[in-house]
Amino acid sequence: MTIQFNEETFRDDYSFYNSDWAIKRFPFPFHEDSYMYSVNMEQHRGGPKGSVYEMRFDVDEHYVSEMRDRAMVLADDPLRCQSLPHMTLAGWDLLELIMVSKSEDYPDLFELHRDGNQWRWINKPLGIDDTFTFMDETTLPYGPMEYITRQAQGDFCVLDQRDEMLWMDAGMVTTQADWSLDFDIGMNFFEWHAPVPLAHEMGIFKRALKFLLNIQQGAPARRLNWTMTVNPLLDTSPENYHKWGIQKTTLTPENIGSKQHLRVELQSFFRLPRSNALVFPIRCYLCSFQDLMTVPKWGRRLHRVVRDLPVELATYKGFIDNRPMMLDYLEQFDDGLPTSRGVFPDLETEPPLTKA
Amino acid sequence: MSAAPQKAKPGAEQLAVRVSAVVPLNDLVTRFEFQRTDGQPFPTFSGGAHTVVTMQDDGRTRLNPYSLMSDPADTSTYAISVRRDDQGRGGSLFMHTRVKQGDEMTITYPVNLFSLDLRARKHLFFAGGIGITPFMSMIHQLEQSNGNWELHYSVRTEALGTYVDELKYKFPTKVHVYYDDQSQSIPLETLLDGQPLGTNAYVCGPKGMIDWVHATASAAGWPDAQVHSEEFLAPAPGKPFEVRLCKSDKTIQVGENESLLEAIERAGVEAPFLCRGGACGQCETDVVSYDGEFIHRDHWLEPEQQAGEKIMPCVSRFVGKSLELDR
Ligand code: HEM
Ligand code: FES
Repeated sequence: MTIQFNEETFRDDYSFYNSDWAIKRFPFPFHEDSYMYSVNMEQHRGGPKGSVYEMRFDVDEHYVSEMRDRAMVLADDPLRCQSLPHMTLAGWDLLELIMVSKSEDYPDLFELHRDGNQWRWINKPLGIDDTFTFMDETTLPYGPMEYITRQAQGDFCVLDQRDEMLWMDAGMVTTQADWSLDFDIGMNFFEWHAPVPLAHEMGIFKRALKFLLNIQQGAPARRLNWTMTVNPLLDTSPENYHKWGIQKTTLTPENIGSKQHLRVELQSFFRLPRSNALVFPIRCYLCSFQDLMTVPKWGRRLHRVVRDLPVELATYKGFIDNRPMMLDYLEQFDDGLPTSRGVFPDLETEPPLTKA
Repeated sequence: MSAAPQKAKPGAEQLAVRVSAVVPLNDLVTRFEFQRTDGQPFPTFSGGAHTVVTMQDDGRTRLNPYSLMSDPADTSTYAISVRRDDQGRGGSLFMHTRVKQGDEMTITYPVNLFSLDLRARKHLFFAGGIGITPFMSMIHQLEQSNGNWELHYSVRTEALGTYVDELKYKFPTKVHVYYDDQSQSIPLETLLDGQPLGTNAYVCGPKGMIDWVHATASAAGWPDAQVHSEEFLAPAPGKPFEVRLCKSDKTIQVGENESLLEAIERAGVEAPFLCRGGACGQCETDVVSYDGEFIHRDHWLEPEQQAGEKIMPCVSRFVGKSLELDR
């Protein structure tokens, strides 16, 4: 497979776009017509061919532009990437995991040549060809975690595991849904989840933590999370809320189809071998409402989910004020027909929209 | 999400291996070395990790956890050291009497329930007997990163001092050995006193030793989070008992020399597990009803859960009239 990388931006003129291929493989997060928090974890061992679930670290048409956007965020705010001193070993683990996975899964794009601790890494899309000594930081331009996550889409939290608890002790976070690594660094699983409504009372975090503590080498897991973003903006951080928060008020019935995006995070969990740390990649996918509406099943379902979502969740996810306008738009694409189970588009089997 | 629904398998991922060496170390302990049958490198692992070895013992499947004691960075060979337990249920006897060089076996990916706290300025190790094994891999790991460590190792006799010679030869200033038969014992109080700030202590050995280290450290003002322990719980034999498995609609007999978990598996019922030693929590099972007494041996459940709410079938048993489980 050769990927055609988009020339696009996630800021200013927002030239970001999804090709037809990207729309069809968008990780639509709703497997039924309603949504509530749950311990929605499953194994991360591949998935349907061509889907975002197939590879350990999905690479798509946005790769090069996303990496350019990350570099800009870091230039403005270096604290988006932090690693406490005891996390360097985990950083090497992560570097190895990503290099091995990408070179095996995308041999035409990435190559890794290892001769003992002398490693040569070739990243063709970004034009990188570096030789370095594994486990020797002085041979890389950045620390190992920063080096490799400047070349991998999505945010990365690296969690230390101690005393039956996970601790956010390192991370690269530039494409986040309104939370801050600088604020959360050093916190534990319950502390950084404190702002989330309802889920604590439902016992979700207790069960999720038990599951995560037991994730083992060779047996990664994944889940989806989602929110809403006006304009295809990757960096919706609290640090920059003053810049993007106001954009939510620019939504009109005329521009909502192109401006309003469903933001989906494909989150995965890998145990790291040498450090026994856990890495939590959070890969963000954006899709405009109008692109989503090209899939009749998704149109019907998104309307029902947004309509019936509990107020607490719509508030936490930051779209309670715009919900009425969203519903006016989405309602046009819901003809009341039943929908098939599961997240996939089912274009061949689902009927077209029967509403003018 | 169910993008590609896959049922979680019980236990960790498996590796097919061939026994590449069987090395008797003394009267009680033998080292087994493994290489992968597919010729691929082993995954690296973190010091303190264990693997669960599957043994096919005359139609009966035994799964026993053993600490990996080889160098975590060595991806060609994994090694475990097994102490023969003549009173136990036979897993270690099987390893000692039946396993030969060249045999093919299955072991799991490494699982670590006893890892180093990498923030520690210094790692203070206390080992008793075969409890030395996890420290062997931890020492390899720390030596590669110039870690600061010290080992206090208590053994019964010189003849039974597994790896004593090797350790003393390689690390003469860091390794301290105490012989029971010479009435030597670890000067625990003195050692716990006067450690630099940020020291973490680790203990692996018999239960009495673990309790002693925890209690002494706690009395000396050490925070619990800085004292780590691993106790290998081998499921103990016990009187046979009967169990009703509600979900699968089966009644099974648990034999004297098998664990409740093994009996469940023998009946063809899939049950989750990981460590098979009462530490990981994976096998936690709800009790539906009971009339009798539990023999809880796990390190996982809270006391109120042990009062008839839950059981850890990998190590715990039951005596009495009837027991019904949600499995
Ligand atoms: C160790 C891995 C994880 C990390 C690092 C992580 C991190 C986060 C962070 C930083 C937030 C934002 C909180 C805020 O508002 O400041 C969040 C939200 C959330 N997390 Fe996690 N999380 C992890 C695993 C999980 C798991 C396994 C679940 C399973 C149920 C979960 C469920 C949630 C939910 C429901 C929210 C609210 C999201 C929303 O409604 O948009 N998290 N997480
Ligand atoms: S399998 Fe680990 S506690 Fe039972």
